[in-house]
Amino acid sequence: MPIAFDKVSHIYSAGTPYEFKALDDVDLEFSEGKMTAVIGQTGSGKSTLVQHLNALLLPSSGTVRVMDREITAGTAPKGLKKLRGEVGLIFQFPEYQLFEETVLKDVSFGPKNFGVSEEEAQKRAKEALRLCGLDEQYDERSPLELSGGQKRRAAIAGILAMDPQVLVLDEPTAGLDPRGTEEMMKLFRTLNTKRGKTVIIVTHDMEQVFVYCDEVVVMADGKAAAHMSARDFFADSSICRSMNILPPAIIRTCDALREAGFDIPKEINTTSALAKCIARQVKRHG
Amino acid sequence: MFFFFYVYNKGVPAMSAVEVKNLTFSYDGQTNAVEDVGFSVEKGTYCTIVGRNGSGKSTAAKLIAGLLDKKSGTILIDGIAMERENLLEIRRKIGIVFQNPDNQFIGSTVRDDIAFGLENHCVPQAEMDGIIEHFAAEVGMTSYLESEPSRLSGGQKQRVAIAGVLAMAPEILIFDEATSMLDPQGKDRIKQVIRTLHEDRSLTILSITHDIEEVSMSDQVVLLDKGKLVMSDTPEAVFSSEDRIRKTGLDIPFSMKLAKELKRYGVRLDETLRIEGAVEELCRLRSTK
Repeated sequence: MPIAFDKVSHIYSAGTPYEFKALDDVDLEFSEGKMTAVIGQTGSGKSTLVQHLNALLLPSSGTVRVMDREITAGTAPKGLKKLRGEVGLIFQFPEYQLFEETVLKDVSFGPKNFGVSEEEAQKRAKEALRLCGLDEQYDERSPLELSGGQKRRAAIAGILAMDPQVLVLDEPTAGLDPRGTEEMMKLFRTLNTKRGKTVIIVTHDMEQVFVYCDEVVVMADGKAAAHMSARDFFADSSICRSMNILPPAIIRTCDALREAGFDIPKEINTTSALAKCIARQVKRHG
Repeated sequence: MFFFFYVYNKGVPAMSAVEVKNLTFSYDGQTNAVEDVGFSVEKGTYCTIVGRNGSGKSTAAKLIAGLLDKKSGTILIDGIAMERENLLEIRRKIGIVFQNPDNQFIGSTVRDDIAFGLENHCVPQAEMDGIIEHFAAEVGMTSYLESEPSRLSGGQKQRVAIAGVLAMAPEILIFDEATSMLDPQGKDRIKQVIRTLHEDRSLTILSITHDIEEVSMSDQVVLLDKGKLVMSDTPEAVFSSEDRIRKTGLDIPFSMKLAKELKRYGVRLDETLRIEGAVEELCRLRSTK
């Protein structure tokens, strides 16, 4: 079931002096089963865009199609609750939303709210917690006792426990240390490849987009300025640079080497391939 | 005017700006968030403090800034012991900028906000505008002096916070993940501001960060793990052990990853912290071999 935006606009505070058009006639289709990055500057409409995916925001005009539902201006779609179980949305700094006495209770809250039995809810919660790297010792702890990174995992487990088909993440790794970031991104990638989840991730981190994502949507001034494969997006670093985005380190290094006269083919996308290519040229001149 | 705030004893033998010995702190009285930590930072050093989330970095920074009370150990700021009777004097020497820009505003305009600290330090009204405008210019916020802080972007808010701290003429500036909530443009701008302050004014910088590029550009790295000091050394030394990197959840700069791969093909690089340096060296290798 595709996720599509058809001429969607969203206006905040319409009719007031603060009126602001955050989305402007967006046409866009997210590919099912893929991991797509939504990138763009602050204020470009990224967060507004993804909050339409589970009808948290309704369009001011146009239609959003998610799963088999249509979300249009002013009409809360039927089966909203079911939709929110199918499209899991994780906000920036989700750890602020933990509220239960224990981690296990917090994570079981979602499935229970969707009518699952206590026992089944706990089973799902435990599974989600293990997936997120929190073992049994954390089940009975208060969420408040966890470190920042652990809280983040618990909050994400709370969404995974509902087993959504589409996972929407708004800057899930902001503020995490490098290892925490890597573990988190690998988890999302695994959910995508092994469990067939569609993953949509808002991020500023091009290193992550380069390594983990299949497709890139670029938001600019409330419009979807580009939608292409990550491979094509990074193959020509001028696209990044024209948007004031710092390309990943490997791309910057390839560019600098080319400028210095090295022959670096476009296909090179791993550190070891690049090293091999450089070594050949350094030695050939020997 | 305000220039007298900035008298530096250049040429005088360096005294440590920060010296920490056997520092221990606990929030709950049971587990130590910081345990037996010791390191020193010379004046004018750009020092980064790194480690995993929960490794005690922010706690250490707050102890050094005098915002938390240590359980045991010694903290010397510019040779002055961090004890109750010296607290005011020490706080004048240290400025701290936190992660969340929204939590550090008091004034209803940018001008009022920068003025707040000056008023507390009883700076005469006649001198205040000059000082405010000087520091607003330093962080590139002159045209926003009459704006409401809440209407600024995250990066602009952090620049105002830095201006407010600078106006107090600190000798040591602490940044507690000051760029982690900003977008890439905002991050770059703040990093530039910090670098300029370090280079032009030789302020001592303590920056808590996960940004590997910032770490590799710094003079000194303090690596913490589970509240304990792992090492305090140059970035080259800290990045040199793969085992240590893995254990402490750090990452290494891309140029170092590349250098490691190149070694497998028999190409050795000396400069490994910066991409530009690595590329220059590769060019030399190509032309001389």
